[in-house]
Amino acid sequence: MLFFSYFKDLVGQEVTVELKNDLAIRGTLHSVDQYLNIKLENTRVVDQDKFPHMLSVRNCFIRGSVVRYVQLPPDGVDVDLLHDAARREARGG
Amino acid sequence: MSSWAGPEDIYLSTSLASYLDRKILVLLRDGRKLMGTLRSFDQFANAVLEGACERVIVGEQYCDIPLGLYVIRGENVVLIGHGERGASSKYDSRLRDRD
Repeated sequence: MLFFSYFKDLVGQEVTVELKNDLAIRGTLHSVDQYLNIKLENTRVVDQDKFPHMLSVRNCFIRGSVVRYVQLPPDGVDVDLLHDAARREARGG
Repeated sequence: MSSWAGPEDIYLSTSLASYLDRKILVLLRDGRKLMGTLRSFDQFANAVLEGACERVIVGEQYCDIPLGLYVIRGENVVLIGHGERGASSKYDSRLRDRD
């Protein structure tokens, strides 16, 4: 629940999603769900030459199960807030 | 500032509804690229693709293998992509079609 809420606060930010198949996609976070599926808009692939089939893809839905990393701008994160939330979650769980 | 999930938010999902009846690209875990019209989906990202074809790309050349009506099991789906209109011409000019 914590990361779902966390990602909901990041909607509208530029993120780079790195997938388990090594594909990295940069785009604007449009939405996220309980499975941490991600919808990105205005997407471009980080290494375009390696993945030519993605050239014309502008929006995509990424299944949560295939995500390795979600890279965020360093100032896009309120670390203290996250810290508190994690502590609260740990206490409650 | 932060909005913690209320009971109604738990059932929020990133919907594929906006892709319905559109031409989409589906990347599968085995590396295959399927293209077709999305006709149906569910919470597991299972999908029904009408007029599906597999796009095989080798270097600068590509070829489409027609497949017909496909039901894709969600666990194999990596990504479902949708492009803006006319964007495929940018793609086609990069790759050459081979029969």
